[in-house]
Amino acid sequence: MSGLKRTVFWTGVAALCAWVLVPIWLIGLGAFGGRTGVFRWPKSLWPGDASLAALQTFLAVEGVWPAMVNSIIAALTCMALSIGLGAPAGYALARFSFRGQNTYRLLILLTRAFPLAILALPLTVAFIRIGLYDTAFGVGLVHTALALPFAALVSASLFQAIPRELEEAAWVFGCSRWQAFRKVVLPLALPGIAAAAIFAFVISWNEVFAASVLSVKNRTLTAYLLTVLAESPLHFRFAGGFLLILPSLAFIFAVRKYLFAMWGIANR
Amino acid sequence: MAEITIDGIAKSFGATRALEQIDLTVADGEFVALLGPSGCGKTTLLRIIAGLESATSGRIVIGGRDLTEVPTRRRGLAMVFQNYAVFPHMNVYENVAFGLRMQGADEARIKARVGKATELLHITPYLDRYPAKLSGGQRQRVAVARALAVEPPVLLMDEPLSNLDALLRLEMRAELKAVLREARTTTIYVTHDQTEAMGLADRIAVMHGGRIEQIDRPTAVYERPATTFVGGFVGSPPMNFLPVTIANSRLELPGASLPAPQASGALLMGIRAEDLTPVADGEGLPFDIAVVEPLGAHDLVTGRSGQTLLRVAAPAGSGHKPGTRIGLKPDPKRLVWMDPASGRAIQAQ
Repeated sequence: MSGLKRTVFWTGVAALCAWVLVPIWLIGLGAFGGRTGVFRWPKSLWPGDASLAALQTFLAVEGVWPAMVNSIIAALTCMALSIGLGAPAGYALARFSFRGQNTYRLLILLTRAFPLAILALPLTVAFIRIGLYDTAFGVGLVHTALALPFAALVSASLFQAIPRELEEAAWVFGCSRWQAFRKVVLPLALPGIAAAAIFAFVISWNEVFAASVLSVKNRTLTAYLLTVLAESPLHFRFAGGFLLILPSLAFIFAVRKYLFAMWGIANR
Repeated sequence: MAEITIDGIAKSFGATRALEQIDLTVADGEFVALLGPSGCGKTTLLRIIAGLESATSGRIVIGGRDLTEVPTRRRGLAMVFQNYAVFPHMNVYENVAFGLRMQGADEARIKARVGKATELLHITPYLDRYPAKLSGGQRQRVAVARALAVEPPVLLMDEPLSNLDALLRLEMRAELKAVLREARTTTIYVTHDQTEAMGLADRIAVMHGGRIEQIDRPTAVYERPATTFVGGFVGSPPMNFLPVTIANSRLELPGASLPAPQASGALLMGIRAEDLTPVADGEGLPFDIAVVEPLGAHDLVTGRSGQTLLRVAAPAGSGHKPGTRIGLKPDPKRLVWMDPASGRAIQAQ
């Protein structure tokens, strides 16, 4: 790389890192710096009087832990259902040609066209009738509706990128359709599926409107924080925000190796 | 080891007919090449034999077993794909072992067979590598080794060399021939490259428009094409076809008189470029030279005799000049006569 190219490259890298890291750093400062840290200017790189006081106080607030558990249940439900239903739908879109395929593809996208606000009231009524109202699972179901189209379309393009011949080779050498999928297609699609799963998890974790409408006592963390933190001092809000991003970060770190293609698809 | 019988296989995609009533028998241990231009149905036929495509009608019988309704995985075949289709997430060893593992072979047997196949194809040093770290030629070898490791009764190959560069293709062709002779597997090999088919196959089936135009030994296909299509497709340069008029069961040329298979009327005379000998102007066929291409082994001379384009392989350095007229003497023993209306060969009496 020439000097100029190198400069442009690293500037880009720095800008992207800053885009993600600066907000996290600010939230971190607010969360650990205590009451004074929030208002201090200029900001220090590291909170001088770092303390877990705010976080501890925050975690001690009644209802935070159950709300976090609810959030996790909803997010895992959303993730499991989005991938469990979306990946097979994506495989069907990628591998089989059937009548109305393009319409089906469009319909998947159109499910995102309904504003959640319009759906909220009938959903609430329906959920009360079925007995799903005010449960984390119910919230997870609604989040699935939000994440599923994305999961289906992403996995469709994932499966499309895997050469059909690989599957055919597996069949020729003795695999049933399912075995070929498990032994050949799935391992190759896994990085992408993991990424789609993370996305579904994060969609659910961050979603606040449906969660607020569909629950009263069993709130998810976002919905809970929205009501509780409105009356809290600023550094508590930062502590809450920090806890909110923590699981997403941890989750992405845990599956990050799947995010980078481990084996480039060597064919073609 | 098995004999393959293809019995009246036809295939339609909607209204288009891809294959019309294909009948073909491949003997045990034989190597048959399906040769034809793209879109002639050769790959479709191969995929039907593999069970990757279903035939509209007809039967596939291998080793006495009717496989028409049997799913691909139970046909016990092996196949080499055009883009190799080696599994990117498995190393070379696991790729080659894949078929054996699916058969439930024990580890000792897998090890022995993989060792044998990889040795045969000279890829033993790469057993731990992943396909992304292999060159095209090495991946190709892995694909062939994977197919041979299961010691299949029938091996199907779909243009396995077409993604390699020219020099590597030549090298792999010779190697493949040696390897397959040793394995003695019944092989069907799809290609659009006539030199590949000529060099490798025991018999060539030339396909065109969903039909088999001719099936015979390579030299017979080359020397005695059954149709004008075969003559034009097999061989480089393609066979020359010259419209002539017959009288008294003979074709009279200046300085030559050739016996013809019918008493009178119009015929096509088919002759290979190397079977026309340049002679002085006034003898044989009059020939106006347009282009001379020195190809090293011989000079390829292109020109016209009357309205017909002819190509002649003249001895190298024979010094023919464009724009001059010479005569051409056909070798009477190597003529093929074709019916101009049907384009089919007329059997010489």
